[in-house]
Amino acid sequence: MTDTATQLKKPNWFSRLAHPGAFMSWSRPALWPLGLVTSVVFAIGLWFAFFNSPADYQMGETVRIMYIHVPNAWLSQFVYGIMVVASLGTLVWRHPLADVAAKSAAPLGATFTAMALFSGALWGRPTWGTFWEWDGRMTSTLILLFIYLGIIALWRAFDDQLRAARIVAVVTLVGALDIPVIKFSVDWWNTLHQPASIITPTGPKMPPSLLTPLFTMMIAFTLLFVLLHLVSMRTEILGRRAETLGRQAAAKLATVGAA
Amino acid sequence: MSAVFAVIGRELRLATRTGGDALTLVLFFVMVGAVVPFAIGPDRTLLAKLAPGLIWIAAFLSMLLGLDRLFRADEDDGSLLLFRHAAIPLEAVVAAKVLAHWLLSAVPLIVATPLLAVLLALDMPSWGRTVLALLIGTPALTAFGAIGAAVTVSLKRGGLLAPVLILPLCIPVLIFGVALVAAPDGSNAALLFLAALSLVSVAFCPFAAALALRVGSE
Repeated sequence: MTDTATQLKKPNWFSRLAHPGAFMSWSRPALWPLGLVTSVVFAIGLWFAFFNSPADYQMGETVRIMYIHVPNAWLSQFVYGIMVVASLGTLVWRHPLADVAAKSAAPLGATFTAMALFSGALWGRPTWGTFWEWDGRMTSTLILLFIYLGIIALWRAFDDQLRAARIVAVVTLVGALDIPVIKFSVDWWNTLHQPASIITPTGPKMPPSLLTPLFTMMIAFTLLFVLLHLVSMRTEILGRRAETLGRQAAAKLATVGAA
Repeated sequence: MSAVFAVIGRELRLATRTGGDALTLVLFFVMVGAVVPFAIGPDRTLLAKLAPGLIWIAAFLSMLLGLDRLFRADEDDGSLLLFRHAAIPLEAVVAAKVLAHWLLSAVPLIVATPLLAVLLALDMPSWGRTVLALLIGTPALTAFGAIGAAVTVSLKRGGLLAPVLILPLCIPVLIFGVALVAAPDGSNAALLFLAALSLVSVAFCPFAAALALRVGSE
């Protein structure tokens, strides 16, 4: 930190952590411990899920798909929340790290959403007898996947990533306002078409023997997302730096060539 | 206020004098509807059952197809830059353009629905409800479409991107629009939801679209 900077008001801890340069320096040593913690929690969660939890008396062993399915479904929405926060950071504070966070979260969110749909289909086949049912929750998850893919396509369409960040932020916020409406309308639509279906809610009451592995796996998956997000953000920042260096080198080469 | 009317008048004059665009959109709308019997067979009862949904899908596709011209020409000839420095806020300009776009793209479709109703063997009461649903629902489509058009205006190859972005966001409009047609008599929950959706999105879209236009051209 230079002398002039210390004269100014000292920025709060969050601003200091969120400075791209500072981010690069603290995130690098944080990756290994975080990866270690993630794998330990995963190991505990998988052990609970496969060996130390009872099979459901109705669904049998297939209930174990839940320990993969529910964390992915949770992350499909959690990641969108992260993107909304990052978009606010982009539009309100014009923070460069918010751009990077939003950009690298989108493919992760799309992947978790796709995995939630995929594991849900695998689970639905033995339980409901079908891979796909136009159930309200599945339908809104599918639409969420489409929104993610649209946002990724928009990111990729722009050459100028600074402009892309602000425009995608607008779309992300519009999507955030619209997602509850979509969810409500899809639920309404579904109940209109099939009032009583094979899909009955299992009820919120779950025995602790199922809840412990579920929560462990949710924490494990959330840690995995944080880890992947950090790696992805670092890659994005390094990629941008490499691009800038390449452009500078090309400019230098051009001036040398002109002279 | 007169500036808003001036913008609306400009849009209408531009569209009517260069001509053809609105007519092509109507042609597309009718053709999408007319192609369906070839795909599913000319069974009149089946067609009549599917007709409201088909008309909605045809309207949906036509509206999305016409999106690109909302801001594209103004971006290309620099009018958009002038609008940003106009005496009225950009939000008002966007609202005026959205209204003009609705008049130019949705109203011709609604006028053309009797043609599709005949082709798809739709009975009179269902046709009436379809027209009502389109009248109430299409402003929401135009509003969401304006956001999509504003977001992709600075992209040279944004023509396909805007529909892909907007389509999932518009699904509630489709759900309530079709539900309104299918609703039993006396139940107007879908109508109220559709109207609410339209009003909120029309009120909200000028701000989102103007924001996208501003941040996109910095």
